[in-house]
Amino acid sequence: MKQSRLALWVFLAPVLMWLLLLIVLPHLDLLTMSLRGENDYGDMVWTFQNYMNFFTEPIYWLTFVRTALYAIITTGITLLLALPVSFYIAKLARTRSQGALMILLLLPFWVSELVRIYGWMILLRESGVLNFFMLKLGIIDTPIEMLYNDATMIMGLVYTSMLFMIVPLVSVMESLDDSLIEAAHDLGAGQLTIWRTIIIPHCKPGITSGAIVVFMLALGNYLTPNLMGGKNSLWFTEQIYNQFIASFNWNQGSAFGFLLLLLSSLIIWVGLKVSRQKLGEVAS
Amino acid sequence: MIRSLPRSKTYNWSFNLFIILYFTFLFAPLLVTCVLAFNNSNFPSLPWQGFSLDWFLADGPERIGLFHDEQNLRSIVTSFQTAVCVSILSVVVGTCASFLFEQEEFRFKGVLYFLMLAPLVIPGVILGISLLLAANTAGTFFDETFGLDFDLFRPSFWLVVIGQFSFITTFVTLVVSARLRKFDRSLEEAALNLGATRFQVIWHITLNFLRPAIAGAGAVAFLMSFENFNTTLFLVGSDPTLPINLYLQVRDGSTPVINAVSLMLIVGTSLLALVNLYFTKKEE
Repeated sequence: MKQSRLALWVFLAPVLMWLLLLIVLPHLDLLTMSLRGENDYGDMVWTFQNYMNFFTEPIYWLTFVRTALYAIITTGITLLLALPVSFYIAKLARTRSQGALMILLLLPFWVSELVRIYGWMILLRESGVLNFFMLKLGIIDTPIEMLYNDATMIMGLVYTSMLFMIVPLVSVMESLDDSLIEAAHDLGAGQLTIWRTIIIPHCKPGITSGAIVVFMLALGNYLTPNLMGGKNSLWFTEQIYNQFIASFNWNQGSAFGFLLLLLSSLIIWVGLKVSRQKLGEVAS
Repeated sequence: MIRSLPRSKTYNWSFNLFIILYFTFLFAPLLVTCVLAFNNSNFPSLPWQGFSLDWFLADGPERIGLFHDEQNLRSIVTSFQTAVCVSILSVVVGTCASFLFEQEEFRFKGVLYFLMLAPLVIPGVILGISLLLAANTAGTFFDETFGLDFDLFRPSFWLVVIGQFSFITTFVTLVVSARLRKFDRSLEEAALNLGATRFQVIWHITLNFLRPAIAGAGAVAFLMSFENFNTTLFLVGSDPTLPINLYLQVRDGSTPVINAVSLMLIVGTSLLALVNLYFTKKEE
């Protein structure tokens, strides 16, 4: 018995250090920092001013709402695109080619996000590859700037987070018994009915975990909005970056950071409640 | 509509077309990046001016290829060092955490498990600023109370390592835990009955069983660290990692050297991912 207590502490000590020093304390620090500010005499005091600034300055909360909405749109588009792809891999592709298809799907996502975004930039920009071909083929007369607008930015976000939707979807679809679909088909159910009453309900756990991860990645993304959305991207993480690095107003930046953390936790919590799942289940 | 059911020709064809389009969408940016690394032009764009290895081998004065580009080479070395440190640290602590959560019983286990999962839902940017704040607070504290000055608490190499470690460990824990759950505990009991101590059992039996999962988790940790951007952005000091360095170059205009770096990254990560995949497949 004495030995097992020793083992417990050997395992517990590093884990406690990690979680307390690197996760709990920094976020408490973030919270306290966001509640501090200078008063009229230049002294540091406790204040709600940083949060007040957020609500009184439209540019801040509009960016916040915009970021959240676009993250939701991104999640929706990703889901719509991922459903048929994972269905194809799990149920339609020949069993022999399944593994190869899966590897092909995974490969681009092992490559740094920056490289993927850079690839899109040289494809889409005014002097880019796509414009070159369209000019050559006579589809357009003058090059079009396809970067730096909201649609491209959302496409970039969908592209970078696709994988996290497809992997859970493929695994739940593989666990779906084919005979259920066959039975429905024999009884005369159409495609839509089969999707609505059998496939989607069965995939719900996969959809939840995929949607949560994609949403969170889109919300916290900095690279894609910054490089593909350009100056108009108005992404909330950029506001945080600006407060921290450009204006050096750490208190204001902390308040923004804390609000973003609250929003992402809230939406994840709602997602879990609606689908009646636990975070632990989703993670594994 | 699935393999075993009759499908119409149009259904088959449209689905195949969709999948082909999807894979084009997935690979187009990577392919274009790779091809343009060999274009004999000063800009990463078409028209094709002929094949050239200048962007890898040239050593000035007009063109400086990757292998003579001090700044890029240094950032690659920094990224390697960071990734090695992060994977070693996170594998050690992550394995401890798996033992803790799978084999030990203690009070507040649920709370600690929840905390362990938290990094999954904290956006990387937030983690970055929180750690920056905490490091700053700790630095000020040590400076004021003990008059000590630690480099660790300023944006630097080690702060980046700590920042990446703090969330990558969660992924390692999940991978190793999944394997540990499959472990047959009667093996352990047998060894204990034969007089082995708990640590002998862990060292000779359990860790042996976990080896493939630990290696796999190490590879994943390495890749995640190598390409991390969001958390690193706030913690990086005077020696940038490769993603940060590339970001600064892409933002301020681009030369085909970036394509050359990207090509190396794509080839490198693909190889590592394939090796990792091969070993996991073999294990199954």
